[in-house]
Amino acid sequence: MLQVIKNRLEQGYRTSKYPKEPINLYKRFRGLPRVNTQCDAAVVKRCADACPQDCIDAKSRRIDLGRCVFCGLCETLSEGKFVTFTQNCEMGTASRDDLFSTGDLPALAEHSKKHFKKLFGRSLQLRQISAAGCNACEADTNVLNTPFWDLARFGILFVASPRHADGIHVTGPISKNMLAATITTYEAIPSPKVVIACGACAISGGPFYGSEDIVGDLNSIIPVDLYIPGCPPHPLAILHALINYFK
Amino acid sequence: MDKLLQIGHNEKVNRADIPHLPFDTFRRQLLECAAQGGQVVQFFAYDDQGTIKLLAVMRTDKLYVGGCDAPDSFPSLTAESERFHMFEREIGEQYGIKAEGHPWYKMVRYHANCSGKKDVFGNDYRQDIPGNYPYFTVEGETVHEVAVGPVHAGIIEPGHFRFQCCGERVFHLEIQLGYQHRGVEKLLQSVPMKRLPIIAETIAGDTTIGHGLCQAQAIEALAGIQVDEGAKIVRTIALELERIANHIGDMGALSLDVAFNPPAAYFGRIRGDYLNLSQVLGGNRFGRGLVRVGGVTHVMGEEQKKLLHDKLDELTPEVEHVSKLIFFASSVNGRFDHTGTVTTENAEKIGLVGYAGRASGLPYDARISFPTECYKDLPANSNGITNGDVRSRGRVRFHEVIHATRLIYILLDTIIEATPYTPQEVQLPPDSFVVSINEAWRGEVSHCILTDEKGTILRYKVKDPSFHNWTGLALALRDEEISDFPLCNKSFNLSYCGFDL
Ligand code: SF4
Ligand code: SF4
Repeated sequence: MLQVIKNRLEQGYRTSKYPKEPINLYKRFRGLPRVNTQCDAAVVKRCADACPQDCIDAKSRRIDLGRCVFCGLCETLSEGKFVTFTQNCEMGTASRDDLFSTGDLPALAEHSKKHFKKLFGRSLQLRQISAAGCNACEADTNVLNTPFWDLARFGILFVASPRHADGIHVTGPISKNMLAATITTYEAIPSPKVVIACGACAISGGPFYGSEDIVGDLNSIIPVDLYIPGCPPHPLAILHALINYFK
Repeated sequence: MDKLLQIGHNEKVNRADIPHLPFDTFRRQLLECAAQGGQVVQFFAYDDQGTIKLLAVMRTDKLYVGGCDAPDSFPSLTAESERFHMFEREIGEQYGIKAEGHPWYKMVRYHANCSGKKDVFGNDYRQDIPGNYPYFTVEGETVHEVAVGPVHAGIIEPGHFRFQCCGERVFHLEIQLGYQHRGVEKLLQSVPMKRLPIIAETIAGDTTIGHGLCQAQAIEALAGIQVDEGAKIVRTIALELERIANHIGDMGALSLDVAFNPPAAYFGRIRGDYLNLSQVLGGNRFGRGLVRVGGVTHVMGEEQKKLLHDKLDELTPEVEHVSKLIFFASSVNGRFDHTGTVTTENAEKIGLVGYAGRASGLPYDARISFPTECYKDLPANSNGITNGDVRSRGRVRFHEVIHATRLIYILLDTIIEATPYTPQEVQLPPDSFVVSINEAWRGEVSHCILTDEKGTILRYKVKDPSFHNWTGLALALRDEEISDFPLCNKSFNLSYCGFDL
């Protein structure tokens, strides 16, 4: 018992004050990219050719944030002249098209479907479906339940059954072997329900795009309400998206 | 074993030098090696210009390679030595080469084979997973079956578990996976080279550095690219940080599974602090984008060193205190002790690797046996707790965390900086072979690359430690109470996606 108390004192109170106070991430962290649209065309082309995800459109100079894995290669190659990564995690969008971006994303809070805010603003219960990603999206979603983030203080919970849920939170590119289970889980949730695609995989297939063993785009089987880009999205990105879309 | 070729890990080998044996000789050689305690690192089929061939890499304290033409079917090696069991199932699934007399011949990931041969499991893939999967059943008046998954009750990867129980007692647990199969190997051998590191890093997200290193080292060995000392230091630190973060998280989860919540909360947060150190190193909590062919993308300057050093100074005592809280509470030990035991004999038979193997008394640690990066010059960990139960697997992890911390301190004190990274185009040599091995946090990760006469990748084979260890979990549950399943499961914490590829 003494040990328990001693440890409790050592650990103290660790929950962040977010969103009242911002959380600052280390400068090396790669969050929302900022694109210099005036950049030399040769540099842009070089980045577009080298991008492992083929997600830079050299013509419009937009990056598909739904497919980008934030590997940082375009920043390195262009020496920051074409792309620089900010530490901004505010990347959730309500529309897939908004993710083709030069770094300006619409404010998520204003694009939320208003009835969702009314329905789920005070209590949101989500069912997680893990569908053939790499488990890092899952890991950084799980982190939201640790004391630092303490997701429950926002009235948001991940629940153990679709029957208890208001919606699904999907990670992974939906392998063919998870297709039936994904749809069954979705159908088991009572309407109205929300669908969240978390991570590059669920949005576009992510690192596995083009594989014949995956569906690759959640929206092609179930209409998605909220997109959270990243590979994986930082816990802060997930939290920001959930709060702004639903609160 | 005299007919197999002894090779080094991360060493380019000309394919022509790999002994190409008659199948019977090949089979006998592998079994002979296994009988002398040899374990399987890789055993797979590949298609070489229309001919399907087999290739195996075995390890004793050295590595051996050999190959043969694949017969349409062959007498199973598993019937004589269990450690081949998963590999033979995989060969059957991927190439339609049947292992006759295999005692447990079932699909691995549920996908059609790539050779167009008749499916060895008699599956028609228009049907949903698991097809006609023959679950092992126990019959009797009081026997009942519990089925769990694929979708689980938390934020967990999918998999199907089937328990044959009598009351609370589990006779047998069958673990049927495949839901996470996304075609990783097929992608790796067909996409442009630029995509390779991204895919390697996402084979198992919690083993980003482990798999990333295996790939980078394999390609570096093939292409003859040297990595400077500074980059090796960063790579080694990154691998150890990955180990610490995962072990810490799992120790917390073990505590949670015996309803002792405070340590779970503390370790949950502390794990995040270690992930954030990976972010200090390379800009991502999982180490994404850090390891690349030729070195690392971010050098470690004085600033990063200091941040790492200071944070370790702060966290290490906390880790020790919280661990003490877990491992010295009698109520915790009451649940951990003698739960989910895998005997040394069984561990050896099925070839357990990593901390699970070490907890069962198999000392193998690839950092010592096949050192890469800086490991040759670093002290080994010693492990004295080898009862093979949940407590052993927990304690081993604690010791590994302390050891890994020590390694990082040693490396932080080394004053060599990596040269800044420049992305490079790589040309692979023709007709070559390489096998890379690293001790990632879960155990032995291995990648194998074969190139054709043009120097393009002919076969890319990946093995995650989970490929060996899932069977260990099934064995651990024999004669246990079903209520101890979460605990046993967490003590292994295996990867679904790393297994399913
Ligand atoms: S950071 Fe994104 S856009 Fe840039 S190279 Fe990597 S995947 Fe492509
Ligand atoms: S988006 Fe990236 S991190 Fe998330 S599951 Fe897919 S590969 Fe893993």
